[in-house]
Amino acid sequence: MEFVRNFPCISIMLCLFAGIISSGLRGKTAMWINAALLSVDTVLSAFTLVYTLELGTSFVYVMGRFPAPWGNEIRAGVLESLMALFFCIIMLLSLFGGRHKLVEEVEEGKIYLYYVLTDLLLSSLLALVYTNDMFTAYVFVEINTISACGLIMIRQNGRTIEAAVRYMIMSLLGSGLLLLGLCMLYDLTGHLLMSNMKESVAQIVANGQYTLPLIVSIVLMSVGLCIKSALFPFHAWLPDAYGYSTVSSAAILSSLVSKGYIFLLIKIIYRVIGFDIYHDTRIIDILFLFGLMGMIFGSISAIKENDIRRMIAFSSVAQIGYIYMGFGMGTQAGMVASIFHILSHAATKSLLFIAAIGLTDVSGGSRKFIELTGSGYRSRWAGVAFTVGSLSMVGVPLFSGFISKLLFSQAAVQNHTKMLPALIVLGISTILNAIYFMKTVIRIYTPVGETAYPVMTFRDKPVYAAVLAAFIVLNIILGISSQPVVDMIQQGLAMFS
Amino acid sequence: MSRLRPREEYEKTFAFRFFRWLSGGKDPYVGEVEMRAQKETVIPEETILERMRESEMIRDKVYDEEQNKAARIFHRIYVAAAILFCIILVSVLLVTVSCLPPTGSADNPDNNIVSERYIESGLQETGALNIVSGMILTYRAFDTFGETNVLFIATCCVMILLMVDDAVLKKQAVMNDRRFEPKNDAILQGTAFVLCPIIFIFGIYIILNGHLSPGGGFSGGAIMGAGLILYVASFGFKRTQRFFDEHVYKIAKITALCMYGLIGTYFYMTGANGIENHIPLGIPGHILSSGIILPINVCVGLEVACTMYAFYALFRRGGL
Repeated sequence: MEFVRNFPCISIMLCLFAGIISSGLRGKTAMWINAALLSVDTVLSAFTLVYTLELGTSFVYVMGRFPAPWGNEIRAGVLESLMALFFCIIMLLSLFGGRHKLVEEVEEGKIYLYYVLTDLLLSSLLALVYTNDMFTAYVFVEINTISACGLIMIRQNGRTIEAAVRYMIMSLLGSGLLLLGLCMLYDLTGHLLMSNMKESVAQIVANGQYTLPLIVSIVLMSVGLCIKSALFPFHAWLPDAYGYSTVSSAAILSSLVSKGYIFLLIKIIYRVIGFDIYHDTRIIDILFLFGLMGMIFGSISAIKENDIRRMIAFSSVAQIGYIYMGFGMGTQAGMVASIFHILSHAATKSLLFIAAIGLTDVSGGSRKFIELTGSGYRSRWAGVAFTVGSLSMVGVPLFSGFISKLLFSQAAVQNHTKMLPALIVLGISTILNAIYFMKTVIRIYTPVGETAYPVMTFRDKPVYAAVLAAFIVLNIILGISSQPVVDMIQQGLAMFS
Repeated sequence: MSRLRPREEYEKTFAFRFFRWLSGGKDPYVGEVEMRAQKETVIPEETILERMRESEMIRDKVYDEEQNKAARIFHRIYVAAAILFCIILVSVLLVTVSCLPPTGSADNPDNNIVSERYIESGLQETGALNIVSGMILTYRAFDTFGETNVLFIATCCVMILLMVDDAVLKKQAVMNDRRFEPKNDAILQGTAFVLCPIIFIFGIYIILNGHLSPGGGFSGGAIMGAGLILYVASFGFKRTQRFFDEHVYKIAKITALCMYGLIGTYFYMTGANGIENHIPLGIPGHILSSGIILPINVCVGLEVACTMYAFYALFRRGGL
C-alpha cells in the first residue's frame, strides 16, 4: 500500500496530538504549534488530493486491524481531500488574520486554550470530512460543538456568554436529533458503516416494511444538521455568535463549522441514504423552500442591521439558504453548485469578517455605520479587501461568488418545476445582497474631513495585510479558474455514489 | 537584464501610484474631484440617555401584555402553537417507535454478521473476556479515542469559563473557600479517612480488570475521581495539593492522552498497512493480556479521574 494512503489518518491524529500537547504550553508556543500543524495538514491534504486525482477512485483506510463492518474506517476521495485542503487553508488564514485581536480580547493566561480548541476543531472537521462511519461522525460532531462553543465564549463579555449559551442549546438540540435519527437507522439496518447502511436502506425500501421509521429517521437527521448549520428558521443563534465573538472565531465558525455539518449532510444523502431514495422522500422540497426563504429573509435582516459584523453574520443566513436551495434542486448540477458555493462562501465570508475588523479598528472600535464613514481611506488594505469580498458576495464576474450564482442558475434551468421560483428568488436575493453590501462599500469610501482616528498602513500590521492579500488572491483564483475546481467536485461526487 | 529606472520615470508608472495610494501617500480625489467633508455629528450625552430611556419605555409598552392586546394574543397563540407542536412531535415519535422492529426478536436487522463476529470471535481477536471492552477499545478504538477527547475538550471549555487568575485565587484562599461549610468536620474527615483508600483501590481494581470483568477506564476513572472529590471536600485544597496540584494534573492528563494517542496510532497504522502487531494478546483471563486494551484502559481511567476532579475544583473555586 502506498504511503500516501496514511495521510488522512495522520492528519487527523496530528491535530489531536497538537491539541493535547498545547494544553500544557504557553500561548506563544501553542500558536506556533497550531500554525505548523495547519501547514503540515495543508500539505498532507494536497498530497492526498493529487493522489486521489491520479488514482481516479476513492480509497478506504481501515483504522485498526479489523475491516468494516466490524472496525472503524475512513475514506478519502477527490471531494473529501479537496474539502480538507480548503478547510486547512481557510483556517490558517483566519487565525493569522485575527491574531492581533485575539491578543487584545482574550485574557493572556487563556490564549493557549484558544489554540487547543482550534486544533481539536480542525481534527473534528477533518474527521467529519473523511469519515465513513456514522458513529465516528457523531463523536466528532460532539467535539465540534463543544469547541465551537468555547471559541465563542473565550472572549468574555456578557454578550458572548449569552451567544454561547444560545449556540449551545440550539446546537445540542441539533446533535440530539441527529443521534435520535442515527439510533433509529441503526435499529433498522444493523450497521453503522455508511456503505453497509446504504445497502440495507436500499433493501428496506425494496421490501417496503419499515418505510415510516426510515422516513422519520431521515427527517430527524436532516433537521438536526439544518439546525446546526443555521438554515433559515433555525438561525436565531447565529447573529450574536458571529457578531460578538473574536474575529478569528467568527471567520472560522461561519466559513468552516457550519460547512462541516453541511458536508456531513451531503455524505448522508449520498452515502447512507442514497440520492434517489432521499429525493423520493420529498424532504428535498422542504429544504428547497426553506433555502429560498432564508435567501430573502436573511438579506432583509442584514439590510436592517446597523452593525457591520452582525450584517455580515445575517448575510451568512442568506448564503446558507443558497446552499440548501442547491440541495433542493434534486439534481447533480444543483449539488455541484452547492458544493462550489460552500468553497466560495468560505473564502469570501472569512475575508469579509477579517476585513471588517480592520475597518472597525480605525474607527475607534465602533461597529456602527456612522463611525465607519471613510474608514476605507484610513485602512486601505481592509477597504480593498472588504470591497472585493462584497463584490464577490453580490456576484460580480471575476470573483468566486459569480461562478456559484452562475452554477445555481444553470442548475435551476435544468429543473423544470423548480426553475421559476429558484431564478426569481436568486434575482431578488442578488439585488438585496447588492443593497446592503454596496451600501457598506459606499459608506466606507465616503470621504470625511479631519478625524481623530488613526491611519493604518501596511507597515503597522504586515501579517494582517498579507492575510487579506492571500484571501483576495484565493477569491480571484476561484473566480477565474473555476473550471478545474468544478471538474474536481463532479469527479468527487461521482466517486461518492 | 534589468536596469534601474530614473526617479522621474518611475514616478510616472502605475506601480508607483498604486503603492503610494496603498500606503496612504496621496489621495486620488484631492484636487481631482470637488468634495465636501461630512459634518461631524456630535451627540450630547443627555440625548443618548434620553434615547435609551425612550427605547426602554417603548419596549416596556410593546411587551406590556395588559396594555397591548396584540402582544397578549400573540403570546397565547405562541403557547398554544408550542404545545401543539410538542404533542405532534411526541405522537409522531411514538408511532415511529411502535413501527420499529420488536425488541429481542431473533430476526431483527441488528442481529447480523457484526454482532455475530463480536460475540463469536471477540475473545480470540481481542483477548478480552469482557466483550464490551474488546469492542470499544479494539474494534472501534478510534471512536473511543474521540470520546476521550470530548472529555478533554469539555474540561478546556470549563476552564475558559471558570478559571480565575492565581492572584484572585490567593485572595479567595485567605477568605477561606469553605465559607458555608463547617471547617474540619470531624465526622466527614473520619469517614473520608476510612473510605478514600478503599475507593481508590476499588477504582484501580476496576480499571485494571476492565478486560476481564465489567468495568473499564470510564467507570473506574469516575470512581477514582469521586474519591478525589471526597478527599478535597473533607480535607480542603491545601492538603490535596500536596499530591495533586495543577502541575501534576497537567502532566497526568497530557501523558494519559498522549499515551492513548500513540498506542492508537500504532494500532491503526500497523493494522491498515498490514504490518505485524508486536503487542502480544497474552492468555485470556490473565491480568496481563488482551493487547492494547489494558494500557488504554489505564490511560482512559487517568483522564476520566482528572476530568472529574477538575470539574469539581473549577466549579468550587475557579482553579485546580
